[in-house]
Amino acid sequence: MGGLFDLAVPLILLIVGYFAGTMAEQSHYKSIRVRELRMRRMPTTNLKKPPAHWRVEKVALVAGSTVVSVDYFKRFLAQLRGFVGGRVRSYESLLDRARRESVLRMKEEAAKLGFDAVINVRLESSNIAAPFRNDRGTAGVEVLAFGTALKLIRQP
Amino acid sequence: MILSNTEEVPGRAIREFYGVVTGSTVRSKHFGKDLLAGLKNLVGGELKGYTELLTEARKEATERMIEQARSLGANAVVNIRFATSSVAQGAAELFAYGTAVRVD
Repeated sequence: MGGLFDLAVPLILLIVGYFAGTMAEQSHYKSIRVRELRMRRMPTTNLKKPPAHWRVEKVALVAGSTVVSVDYFKRFLAQLRGFVGGRVRSYESLLDRARRESVLRMKEEAAKLGFDAVINVRLESSNIAAPFRNDRGTAGVEVLAFGTALKLIRQP
Repeated sequence: MILSNTEEVPGRAIREFYGVVTGSTVRSKHFGKDLLAGLKNLVGGELKGYTELLTEARKEATERMIEQARSLGANAVVNIRFATSSVAQGAAELFAYGTAVRVD
């Protein structure tokens, strides 16, 4: 009886984690694609200097950040992967989402403040909220995107 | 105050350097928010509570850096960088630094 219960709980968590996680990921990707398309007219670069012909009127620091966590199912997959090594796809998509979301937030902030472009974009990630002993507690990764927003006198 | 993570302010010349200015803040997790984050951990995805916490903390660190630059008589901070370090279990330091300058 007790043994069955012990088995059932992780199994249910796994199933719930799988469906909820997949659905959340798909809707997030959809929203990322739509917003990326909308923001594509804003030049964004990691070059340190703007092109010589741009005439800059105003500059400001803009940033966007996202903290993401891994769902139960993905963590399970990654642990399985740990036995044989190789690509951990479940984590790749998570970081990809976080990074694109952060860049989008940065660009959206720049657009909201009336800027035309973002240069010197830097991406940083840090492990915050590290899990407590062996995998308990919350694990999260923060991805920060920041850059210098420019308001141009004439559109490039 | 002009803030930029580039080495110079585009479109303006640097007249004077005042040295490195820093700002930092140490934050710990909010119990209720951590509980929510723990639940969220089940399904994965964004931890909104943490995103807000860190954004707010970073703003605070930046604000302190600006304060220091202003007291030196600067009107801009260039080459700004952010860093995080974990001080203790459940607490993190957010750190902003840059070079205080005077531009035209």
